[in-house]
Amino acid sequence: MSLSDKLFKVKYTSDNISHLTPDIEKCKNCSIKTCTFVCPAQVWEWDEEKQEMTVNYENCLECGACRIACKNKSINWEYPKGNKGVTFKQG
Amino acid sequence: MYNIFMENKTQVIVVGGGPAGISAAVTVARTGKEVILIERGNFCGSKNVFGGAVYTKPIKEIFPNFEENAPLERNNTKHKYMLLTENEDTTISHSSVDENSNSYTVIRAKFDRWLSEQAKKEGVTIVTQTLVKDLIIKNNRIIGIKTELEDYYADIVILADGVNSLLAKKAGLRNDFKPSDVALGVKEVFKIDSEKINERFNLKENEGCITEIIGYPMNGMLGLGYIYTNKNSVTIGLGVALDELTEKQLKPYELLDKLKLHPSVAPLIKDGELLEYSAHLIPEGGYNKIPQLYGNGVMVVGDAAMLVNNLHWEGTNLAMISGKFAGETAVEAIKMNDFSKNTLKLYKQKLDKSFIIKDLKSYRNLMPTMHKRRNSFTDYYIKKISSFFEMFTSVDGIVKRDKFRNFIKSIFTDRNISELFKDGFAGIKLLWEILK
Repeated sequence: MSLSDKLFKVKYTSDNISHLTPDIEKCKNCSIKTCTFVCPAQVWEWDEEKQEMTVNYENCLECGACRIACKNKSINWEYPKGNKGVTFKQG
Repeated sequence: MYNIFMENKTQVIVVGGGPAGISAAVTVARTGKEVILIERGNFCGSKNVFGGAVYTKPIKEIFPNFEENAPLERNNTKHKYMLLTENEDTTISHSSVDENSNSYTVIRAKFDRWLSEQAKKEGVTIVTQTLVKDLIIKNNRIIGIKTELEDYYADIVILADGVNSLLAKKAGLRNDFKPSDVALGVKEVFKIDSEKINERFNLKENEGCITEIIGYPMNGMLGLGYIYTNKNSVTIGLGVALDELTEKQLKPYELLDKLKLHPSVAPLIKDGELLEYSAHLIPEGGYNKIPQLYGNGVMVVGDAAMLVNNLHWEGTNLAMISGKFAGETAVEAIKMNDFSKNTLKLYKQKLDKSFIIKDLKSYRNLMPTMHKRRNSFTDYYIKKISSFFEMFTSVDGIVKRDKFRNFIKSIFTDRNISELFKDGFAGIKLLWEILK
């Protein structure tokens, strides 16, 4: 089962703006891009061509791993608004 | 103190509706004091994830009759420790027929919600779907909180906002965690018929089994897997130190996929329908990383205060008891009409005197030692134990004496003797610190 199949089982109420904001300049210079593999929902995807970070914030499980794992502290990490984000039914 | 010009003013505000926050709030409400609990999720428990079991005794301290009405899954009568290599499994199993339960599996979304409903009945005002964005600080004292819509003021603010506690940081009580201070947990819950679960785990009706998994697919890493049985579902997950993932560039869900495919694990979840996939951080820094627990007008409880005893899989109980202590301290401070840290230090004194800090102190070097010796304890010895049983059970015409000799010899040849000494010394040192 792929990750997207797994995430399909999760209940989300999406906001139309992201609660996660990368500092793109820092990301450009980051050689490891830890967020792209450590995130359990693959929220962070680096677009090599555009030199941009795609932020699939709608898939965020709100764990906070990226925030702590990012060496350069390039992520402005907030919680989604009160009625937004993930709702775990089986936590 | 600030009543005169404040409309939205209460005695105690608790931020976060997990077990720590609910316990703190209900303790305050029971003395007739005003308390508001603010939860960001749709309901209490909706943002929470944990392994799977809560301990009976500590919950009884706060909700004495919970066993009668709370949504409990199974009473855990069986504990298994599985030591895994890629295709081998050595399991130690312990069962008990004791009528009294030590732990129950629960599902946070149901259990925490139930706890919050009890707290509400006992006078806690619960506000859900509300994110606390910031604290209101005046003259070096926390006097309230800012939500997306409104400001609320209180004599005391209790921070139960979980492992990421952005607010404890804003209050100046803690620094950011390092990747080595937390484990990332991922888990999947599979729908499986109750009868099938009973068969697969050798259980009677309503009995549960906790399985703790050491080794594969995290050999050489600081991480553990687990399987819990619920009424009609099986939970499988793992927690792995975040620095392991960053250093080895691993994806957490791929580790879990590997665990699910292990020949001893796969049959347990066979044909199960995935109900949910989830992830959460576990604060594992231990005693050395406990933040400042109180300040003027503020206390920190539960995961936000790093109160987890990972070796014994304790977190919810430490959350609830720390919440209770903070609640009691808040009541005392209200009586004295003094909300300074001078009064709130009572909270830390209560923690210090309890099993919480005593246990965490005993284990204070566990995580640093495990970090250093992780190759030994989650890889080398697991493989060695497997190869011992392989040797002991195989019948192949080789003289037993030679087999034993070769096995013992292998311990000294496939591993540097100085490493063996270091492992032994680390083990003895840890044991001494726990027992002394």
